[in-house]
Amino acid sequence: MATDEPKKLLEPFFWTLFSAGGVVAALLMPVHIFLFGLAFPLDWIRGLSDTRALPLIEHPLVRIYLFVFCSLPLFHWAHRFRYTLYDGLQIKHLNEVITVFCYGGAIIGTALAGYLLLSIP
Amino acid sequence: MTPHETKGETQYTAYHPRWYRTRVSTYWWLGKWYYLKFVLRELSSIFVAYFVVITLLQIHSLSRGPEAYARFEERMRNPLMIALDAISFLFVLFHTITWFNLAPRAMVVRLGGKRVPEILIAGSNYVAWLVISASVAWFILR
Amino acid sequence: MAETIQLEVTRYSPEHDAAPTFQRFEVPYRRDWVVLDALNYIKDQLDGSLSYRWSCRMGICGSCGMMVNGEPKLTCATFLSSYAPDAVRVEPLRYFPVVRDLVIEMSDFMVKLKKVKPWIIQKEEKSIADGEYLQTPQQLDVYKQFSMCINCMLCYAACPVYGLDPLFTGPAAIALAQRYNIDSRDQGAKERMDILSQHEGIWACTFVGECTEVCPKHVDPAGAIQQYKLTAAKEWFKSLLMPWGAK
Repeated sequence: MATDEPKKLLEPFFWTLFSAGGVVAALLMPVHIFLFGLAFPLDWIRGLSDTRALPLIEHPLVRIYLFVFCSLPLFHWAHRFRYTLYDGLQIKHLNEVITVFCYGGAIIGTALAGYLLLSIP
Repeated sequence: MTPHETKGETQYTAYHPRWYRTRVSTYWWLGKWYYLKFVLRELSSIFVAYFVVITLLQIHSLSRGPEAYARFEERMRNPLMIALDAISFLFVLFHTITWFNLAPRAMVVRLGGKRVPEILIAGSNYVAWLVISASVAWFILR
Repeated sequence: MAETIQLEVTRYSPEHDAAPTFQRFEVPYRRDWVVLDALNYIKDQLDGSLSYRWSCRMGICGSCGMMVNGEPKLTCATFLSSYAPDAVRVEPLRYFPVVRDLVIEMSDFMVKLKKVKPWIIQKEEKSIADGEYLQTPQQLDVYKQFSMCINCMLCYAACPVYGLDPLFTGPAAIALAQRYNIDSRDQGAKERMDILSQHEGIWACTFVGECTEVCPKHVDPAGAIQQYKLTAAKEWFKSLLMPWGAK
């Protein structure tokens, strides 16, 4: 049997990002959504005024935290959504378009997060 | 008649049984509660991405000054936004619970030759989640 | 308690049917009867043309997998009393081509099973004179669960990914590959990794988990596949960061 070199896929890399993003989303997202999506707008807890918020996010460690918070879950979405489209809508024949849309979206989001966090005064 | 004698070529006879193949429906996931739970779990990723976008908008408005941030906060108070955020919260919670419950199946930890029970691994994830959530909340609220 | 129970069985005769139909049979209801007993009664007493596979009738050969009321089951391990007095619908194993009645074409699985090399691979075989490969109970415990597979293919009938993409290697084959990967006597992990770390190998799996739910031997193929993904990811990063390291 002719042994041609098996393709070196990027799949393990994206799966790792998916897993890391899944962990970040699982650990951090609930408390963020609860506070910023429900508790503050509904005045259950005193909200974060911008005089307190701005110095918080100027701190470099907070910027790194927010970068990780935004970037990895996007890659989690990208990988998971890609397979949802394959299995749910059965459009695997469009897989190049799907792959570019999903991972491209995650990359754009990551770049955006990086830009926004770097350009905080 | 021995097919093996013909240089390993497949012997096709005149009659070949016609196999019947069923096509899988697009709605295969509605057939069973277990499949539906799976699809909901996968769809939770959309809400994860949604709130990342909200967070990016929040950061953007913060860096543009107090009026921009006040406008952001106003938009967050919109009842439609609150409803969407409540749904997102439930879906992300579903993601968290399914993720921690499934993690031990992927990560087998062996101590002293025996496998650590799955409930301990899942449990330690939950504890970490509570500690980290409390820390984040304290950091934001103090 | 009813004296009889109805069985609704798929009939498909490729000579004169375009598609499968159902035929109803009334069989005696015995509390200790399983679906296989009912099928055997039909074949013996009612309609000898009914075709189906079975062998050991005790849940170890893996021959009698069929869909019972829409669930993949071993018919020798599924009691009529679980369904009585309602009718029991028996269909051929899902996601496989139907050859006749309840018999499916399983070559796809056999090809995939062979492809993953489910045997001990040694770089250099020991000679008989050198003695046996030794293994401690702890080393056995590591892979034992995955070795319980009886190749019944119920997991393939449960896996929506396999249903949607017949190229997918599938739960049992991957679980068996992993069984040998983590066997202390085996040195073939790299060979199998090259075969399985492909789109239609482990990466097509989305951890639905239904395969584990239906497995009659509690093999947990879903867990095996996720563990394999973790190993594959580690190997990928290792080969990226340390390309000189040969396994």
